[in-house]
Amino acid sequence: MHNEKQPLLTIENLHVAVDDKQILKGVDLTIYPGEIHAIMGPNGSGKSTLAAVLAGREDYTILQGKVFFDGKDLLEMSPEERAAAGLFLAFQYPVEIPGVSMLTFLRTALNEIRKSNGEEPIDTRTFLQMVREAAQLLGLGNDFLQRAVNVGFSGGEKKRNEILQMAVLRPKLAILDETDSGLDIDALKIVANAVNSLFGTIQSYLIITHYQRLLNYIEPDYVHVMYDGKIVRSGDKTLALELEAKGYDWLRSETLSSIELPSTTT
Amino acid sequence: MSEDLKIIEEVTGSDYKYGFVSNIEEELAPPGLNEEIIRFISQKKNEPEWLLEWRLKAFRAWQKMKEPKWANIHYPPIDFQSLHYYAAPKKQQRPKSLDEIDPEIRRTFEKLGIPLEEQKLLAGVAVDAVLDSVSVATTFKEKLAELGIIFCSMSEAIQEHPDLVRKYLGSVVPYNDNFYAALNSAVFSDGSFVYVPPGVRCPMELSTYFRINAAKTGQFERTLIIADEGSYVSYLEGCTAPMRDEHQLHAAVVELIALKDAEIKYSTVQNWYPGDKEGKGGIYNFVTKRGICKGPNAKISWTQVETGSAITWKYPSVILLGDNSVGEFYSIALTNNHQQADTGTKMIHIGKNTRSRIVSKSIAAGKSNNSYRGLVRVLKKAENARNYSQCDSMLIGNRCGAHTFPYIEVENKTATVEHEATVSKIGEDMLFYLNQRGIPTEEAVALIVNGFSEEVLQHLPMEFAIEARKLLAISLEGSVG
Repeated sequence: MHNEKQPLLTIENLHVAVDDKQILKGVDLTIYPGEIHAIMGPNGSGKSTLAAVLAGREDYTILQGKVFFDGKDLLEMSPEERAAAGLFLAFQYPVEIPGVSMLTFLRTALNEIRKSNGEEPIDTRTFLQMVREAAQLLGLGNDFLQRAVNVGFSGGEKKRNEILQMAVLRPKLAILDETDSGLDIDALKIVANAVNSLFGTIQSYLIITHYQRLLNYIEPDYVHVMYDGKIVRSGDKTLALELEAKGYDWLRSETLSSIELPSTTT
Repeated sequence: MSEDLKIIEEVTGSDYKYGFVSNIEEELAPPGLNEEIIRFISQKKNEPEWLLEWRLKAFRAWQKMKEPKWANIHYPPIDFQSLHYYAAPKKQQRPKSLDEIDPEIRRTFEKLGIPLEEQKLLAGVAVDAVLDSVSVATTFKEKLAELGIIFCSMSEAIQEHPDLVRKYLGSVVPYNDNFYAALNSAVFSDGSFVYVPPGVRCPMELSTYFRINAAKTGQFERTLIIADEGSYVSYLEGCTAPMRDEHQLHAAVVELIALKDAEIKYSTVQNWYPGDKEGKGGIYNFVTKRGICKGPNAKISWTQVETGSAITWKYPSVILLGDNSVGEFYSIALTNNHQQADTGTKMIHIGKNTRSRIVSKSIAAGKSNNSYRGLVRVLKKAENARNYSQCDSMLIGNRCGAHTFPYIEVENKTATVEHEATVSKIGEDMLFYLNQRGIPTEEAVALIVNGFSEEVLQHLPMEFAIEARKLLAISLEGSVG
């Protein structure tokens, strides 16, 4: 179905270790523009490691494999080059930056990305309008923008703030790393609504989650199940429901019975 | 808001950019220090007898004093006899008008971003430009004189307003206060003088720009600011020096006097040459700054951004003598490479209901060493004195050091003294978060450090705050690798 299009992200046989411990043991995944993928799996299966490696975190050793993003060798790029190329990670644990207001932070980020792409800095009026619209979309007031980045934010505010940044920076691919954890149902709906309404401007999503809950609101095209550093099963959204019903233990028995499992979606 | 970002963008890979040497013919006193040299300086400046006597008294006191060794700084002994104690641009007469300034001197200050033509200056800032030992130009003097405000070089004040100088010189920092203050009292050559008459609110920022140019000289300027009853003045001080391989000594004295209901706001952006990456060269900055709130309800506020110098030894202090008087100290001290800073304040509560506030932000990078040293002293009669101190340190990398030495002496039970201190490190988590948003590491560090310093930066006048933000970013280039 997507033969005419170039993939946005291609992961080939990716093996990754941290402190001599192998975490990813051969991950393959291809995401085309216009697709929403979800990766589910139990704690410790390697989901967040995959997200961190894609964003360029340095503590990991790539043992084997290749990753291409928008036709470029992603693993050769610095984290800020990846951001400029249009890869965004919504952090599971957002970091506090005392004394730096949200406005300053967002404007610095946006202008650095624009600079890397040979664009002029954004003018103040357009910027403010854009940021205020994004804040409104996330149900955050203008006073939120004056606060220091993540300092004193509630868990829910931190998660909404990640999506606010995504709305301002407009990446090609956004990876949401357990954005749903710690959100109450109302906040979850707000986040899901924002993610859905930005889909299109943002070409593709890779949603990492432990629970099926978020996928009730953001409908994935593909669901992958990660287990022990590999994608052990892929399917459509019904796989998420199946997983929810049977629990992750079901996977363990399936994996142990060494059934041939599909490892990619294409 | 948008300013921060512009500035951070402006910051590009550059080293100390004020390191140039100007080719100005200078008159130098022979090296060494003795009574002859002091007489020579005094005579050069056509000083009254009492001042010469005062200088000689200071010199004799200095000879008996020892260099202070209690600070957390380390350096080879200074050979005080190898220094020149007087250097001045050769032109004999100080130019009568700004148009007559030596073009080379004019160019020097222009390169530093300080045009000496009034029409080019920021409308709200009057400047006294001090090159090596002498003041070379003062702008907006006439305009200020209309309000009765005296703003001129110290040499001029000695000639034109000897009574004021005699009354207040050494009244806050006595000639024998400490080793460096005594040295300064003996050999000071120039500096700025400000007097604001009763009830006058000075309509513009007064500013002195200090520039060391000559080699192997010491710079010993002396500043005296008097705010008479109910007056207000905001004063700014900036400093740079050429890059030279040898260390240069700067030992200034600043005295502030705030009378009843008067307020003095004193801001410094200190950017003397810090030395190279291996610690070669750089200014030794030994400065005594002290103010006195002489009458009730007086207020003195020190704000400093210290990014330069190989060694900084400096404790701007306030003596809170008048009842209800207020002292403030806001400081950012940044050290990188091999720089050493031992800086802080003293708040001496004498009057009733006196209040003081200390906010110190230390940033250490490279192999530098950064110490906060502060004394809060509440004397017996200081009923209901209050102090709040906050000392935050930030470490960049793991080869630098940050230290806090707070001293608290309270002799009155009604006093409230609070001290808070934190130490943080720029962590990889923080940098990665900013990197992931497209912000390269150097810009990320600048952003983090500016955020850390925000509480102090907001106390600087607007133009100075912009300059200070740039400086913080530039001074940290290459500190994270």
